[in-house]
Amino acid sequence: MNTPPDRIFIPGDSAAISVGADQVADQLAAALPDTCRIIRNGSRGLFWLEPLVEIERDGERRGFGPVTPGDIADLVAAGFPDDHRLALGPVAAIPQLARQQRLIFARCGLNDPLDLDAWIATGGRAGLDTARALTPDAIIETVKTSGLRGRGGAGFPAGIKWETASKAKGDQTWLCCNADEGDSGTYADRLLMEGDPFTLIAGMCIAARAIGATGGLVYLRSEYPHAIRTLTAAIGIWCEAGLFAGLGDGDHFDIEVRTGAGAYICGEESSMLNSLEGKRGEVRAKPPIPAISGLFGQPTIVNNVLTLASVPWILEHGGEAYRDFGTGRSRGTQAFQLAGDIRHGALIELAFGVSLRTLIEDFGGGTRSGRPLRAVQVGGPLGAYLADADLDVAMDYEALAAIGGMLGHGGIVVFNDTVDMARQARFAMEFCTIESCGKCTPCRVGATRGREMLDKIIAGEAVADNLALIEDLCELMTDGSLCAMGGLTPMPVRSAIQRFPEDFTRQAAE
Amino acid sequence: MPMLIDTIDDQTARAACARQGNRPDGLIEILHDIQASAGFVSDAAIATLADALNLSRAEVLGVVSFYHDFKRQPGARHVLKLCRAEACQAAGGDAAAAEIERRLGALGVTEGDEPALEIRSVYCLGNCALSPAALLDETPIGRIDADRLMSELVAREIVEAEPQ
Ligand SMILES: Cc1cc2nc3c(=O)[nH]c(=O)nc-3n(C[C@H](O)[C@H](O)[C@H](O)COP(=O)(O)O)c2cc1C
Ligand code: SF4
Ligand code: FES
Repeated sequence: MNTPPDRIFIPGDSAAISVGADQVADQLAAALPDTCRIIRNGSRGLFWLEPLVEIERDGERRGFGPVTPGDIADLVAAGFPDDHRLALGPVAAIPQLARQQRLIFARCGLNDPLDLDAWIATGGRAGLDTARALTPDAIIETVKTSGLRGRGGAGFPAGIKWETASKAKGDQTWLCCNADEGDSGTYADRLLMEGDPFTLIAGMCIAARAIGATGGLVYLRSEYPHAIRTLTAAIGIWCEAGLFAGLGDGDHFDIEVRTGAGAYICGEESSMLNSLEGKRGEVRAKPPIPAISGLFGQPTIVNNVLTLASVPWILEHGGEAYRDFGTGRSRGTQAFQLAGDIRHGALIELAFGVSLRTLIEDFGGGTRSGRPLRAVQVGGPLGAYLADADLDVAMDYEALAAIGGMLGHGGIVVFNDTVDMARQARFAMEFCTIESCGKCTPCRVGATRGREMLDKIIAGEAVADNLALIEDLCELMTDGSLCAMGGLTPMPVRSAIQRFPEDFTRQAAE
Repeated sequence: MPMLIDTIDDQTARAACARQGNRPDGLIEILHDIQASAGFVSDAAIATLADALNLSRAEVLGVVSFYHDFKRQPGARHVLKLCRAEACQAAGGDAAAAEIERRLGALGVTEGDEPALEIRSVYCLGNCALSPAALLDETPIGRIDADRLMSELVAREIVEAEPQ
């Protein structure tokens, strides 16, 4: 029999908990000798293997998963043998992990997310240390060189935004991290905040130094109670360790977590700023842009979690090294998130340019149900529905735009052949009615009319006329909405009609 | 666990405001705070907040009504959030939700003055790789189906076992 492992890891991530990780941890604690340390690490993001137990011996970690509480007695008694039916071999060699290019998520899942010493021992602090030795302008130059674009959806160059804010005049300068992650099919921000919060904090500290921020806020959705707890605790530990010292304006910087209140629109940056001011989350007209006049009318940077968490790697390795990943104007790596009817649902961090087919088939293993794939929604609820014929598209901002889609926050939702695309189009309109902030008519009224038209189409009433009306309405919403909520809701609707017309005429034909 | 009380004690609301330094920009946090202790935001709480933060009642009410999280009526002891967004739809979430609603409805636990359980539709819980997803109070539950969810609710003594 094997000797007991030195250390054993079982994630404390909420997705792992959702499939029984806490119960597995309890069983492990009961079955193992006290000499064996049980560590609640972050998740590796290989969700189909959760709960994923990792056994460390002589510095090597071997995986077992998905483990149920009932498997533990047997696994412990047998000494976690390599020929066990749940054995996965060395975790680092699991193909879906080994083939990734993890820059942002390099440390996610390695350790207890709140173990600052372990984070530093694995080199986590290098980027921030480099930034401390650079002038604010030099940091901004590095980020500009890297080609980093915002990962929240709009893809705006981060360095240019930072430069604008650093030059803008104000009594204060705010740094706001957008952790509202409302897009369906996305969970990368959550995974990072629960699995490696220090990397996000380090990224915020670097940004704070670059723009001379007086304060930092993280707007974190209330649907993520675990992430709120982990990030809040991590900020406390960071502060205790004195790591905020010497940053921001006047050497003072700190970060506060603010909880959202269940409004999708508050992910839109100006709505988020209103919410952070304690107001209704209505969208603000632009200009002015937040970098000039944002929170309380002061210069404000709003960046997504992954944008900020990309920055430590960039500072550590240089802007050029980052720019070497990716293609065209899409530089660096993207966290692709496989979701829906997918066999191997996982976070896949890779350089831009990988094909959608590679992600879904090679990494994802096709559908979980075993049914044929019919549609894929890329980029969240405002993203296009693509068909099998589109799957060879390169996953970068420009290539997706060229086929009428968008990357958004990197969510990929797979649907099998039982999907009814007219219902999906209707849902897109319905979602817009539920989440519209109500400020402008094309969105507030348009979405309701659109849902009604789709109800008629689904019922087979005057289908051709209603399809023509929907097209007009989509044009109006696209052109006349104040923000991308109303402006992009037509994207899933139109793409569904274009690619799956048979689903819209079926009732009429019958 | 949110506790149900009939009226919000002025002091509770004032204490919540004080924790945010009586700053109007802390209103969202204050409302979360009040709702966590009282279960909902009462008329009395709104009046107190308006006074403490130097806002009009209409302003406070406007904020409360904007956000899906805030409730104006006493709610149930437990909240079951079922994700109804696309990744969960793609994994059979609509059918699972319909069956869960039907079976809980048959048990009569989602209705009445002080229902044991409230079901809320939400749009993405960030667990889309293990969809369909649910959040029972603060416990995440992945790959839900009606049987799994019902046994979880029974195990937690939130509902009684269904009659055979
Ligand atoms: C309806 C709507 C919802 C959005 N939701 C989010 C979100 O949840 N998270 C996010 O980072 N950005 C979201 N955005 C994009 C933000 O407005 C903004 O572009 C982004 O936070 C800027 O950060 P970045 O440049 O780092 O991407 C949303 C935009 C719209 C129109
Ligand atoms: S498009 Fe919709 S969400 Fe955006 S400002 Fe107009 S009403 Fe508000
Ligand atoms: S879409 Fe249901 S958890 Fe994300």
